[in-house]
Amino acid sequence: MAAGSKIVAIVGTDAVSEAMRQINPDLVAAYPITPQTAIVETYSQMVADGLVKSHMVAVESEHSAMSAAIGAAATGARVMTCTSSQGLALMWELLYIASGLRLPIVMPNVNRALSAPINIHCDHGDSMGARDAGWIQLFSENAQEAYDNTIQAVRIAEDPGILLPVMVLLDGFIISHSIDRVELLDDEVVANFVGEFKPAYSLLDVNNPVSVGNFDGLYGYYFEFKRQQEEAMLNSFGVIKEVGAEFGKISGRSYSLFETIGMEDAEFAIVVLGSAAGTVRHEVETMRAKGIPIGMIKLRAFRPFPARELAEAISRMKAVAVFDRSNTFAGNMGGPVFIELRSSLYDLEKKPLLVNYVYGLGGRDLSIELINKAAAELAEAARSGQVKQSINYLGLRE
Amino acid sequence: MTWDIKDIQKWDWKKHPLGAIIKDPGNSRQFKTGGWRTFRPVRDEEKCNQCLICYVYCPDSAVLARDGKITGVGYDFCKGCGICSAECPKDAIQMVDETKAKKG
Ligand code: SF4
Ligand code: SF4
Repeated sequence: MAAGSKIVAIVGTDAVSEAMRQINPDLVAAYPITPQTAIVETYSQMVADGLVKSHMVAVESEHSAMSAAIGAAATGARVMTCTSSQGLALMWELLYIASGLRLPIVMPNVNRALSAPINIHCDHGDSMGARDAGWIQLFSENAQEAYDNTIQAVRIAEDPGILLPVMVLLDGFIISHSIDRVELLDDEVVANFVGEFKPAYSLLDVNNPVSVGNFDGLYGYYFEFKRQQEEAMLNSFGVIKEVGAEFGKISGRSYSLFETIGMEDAEFAIVVLGSAAGTVRHEVETMRAKGIPIGMIKLRAFRPFPARELAEAISRMKAVAVFDRSNTFAGNMGGPVFIELRSSLYDLEKKPLLVNYVYGLGGRDLSIELINKAAAELAEAARSGQVKQSINYLGLRE
Repeated sequence: MTWDIKDIQKWDWKKHPLGAIIKDPGNSRQFKTGGWRTFRPVRDEEKCNQCLICYVYCPDSAVLARDGKITGVGYDFCKGCGICSAECPKDAIQMVDETKAKKG
């Protein structure tokens, strides 16, 4: 364990607020929404207790939270906010402004299903809907990763070659409200790791005055700015890996774009992200111990989408199952991870069979039995060279 | 800081400042809006009594004046809204079809 670290038993929301306390941003603007509420509550308490120097703006909605965050970030402040589900939906138009203005705001989003019907439990429909908003999106498997990702997100967002906002994703209740073993780093170690924020521009810099959020004219340069955002996303592949490796040095926990388990000798594999990766890993390891040639990929970065590296990692497989905790309602196209992974494989000569399992919508449990059912079907597909049904709903009452 | 954007229409995507900021505030003088015009105001010097009402009313400060006298219209910025023409008490400003004005 890294010097100065301590092991605590805390829920995911506390792990995130601890990370925020150690990052100590200049400003936090947030509005409470289940299941993110505890982050805002705890952080407000920290501000009231003088544990941080952050200016806390208690706004009247998430639209205002993101607006305040954008305004503050444009002055050159280090800014954070956090939300969930409908809150993220209410931020919608501002999400694009944060990325378009290249403001490195860090926002934990506690994944929760979108209404209707009203449902407070976990699925990834909220953040998946924002996948084209120009934000980097990092998924977490547990409270530890939510803590680790929040700290790394600051460095990734503020990298001069990136300057994009980052969403840190953690599963509602499963991570946010479950007590977990979390290793917290020393305050000073985190402070040194995140360092000082050097903004690309500041509204308050009177020596270098700038005008922000301007009209692009009737025949403007919007297209050029959008191309710049794509370039920043491209740059982020390398930076996410570098920051993840550097984080490994201070914590003993290294990160990359995704993690592989048993892929070197597997014949078929499961691709999964979020908290379900923990349950899937447990089952994959159990099966591997019995000699079943199964592997697994836990996706961490969904934006940017590591298409080339993922394709490389699974190209040798006979069959791959993609687990999606959201749906695209595109007419039996499957979930977003499936669609993007399938697209990543298009140019390969030799590619695995691909099958999609949409699971866990609205917090429906992903049981061990369900994982085993999917794994058995996957093994059969690998053996027979045929997929019975491409898009499957795992755990749906049918 | 001066920021030369004369040839901005030829810039490739890498050259634009990050986040679509304007690095040299107050440079709207370089952003010519005259091309938006459908009708252009044309002043009849004979009828004009130099009351300067058009100068005061123009929302774009496009009516030009010097030493208390109207000297003309800045067609690089006049959007052709017609307010000057509507407000002129002497009916001295006619709005002329831009395509005809250009030809003629
Ligand atoms: S308002 Fe009419 S009369 Fe007065 S200065 Fe302008 S053109 Fe001349
Ligand atoms: S037409 Fe409108 S913009 Fe042009 S000079 Fe008259 S008032 Fe100004």
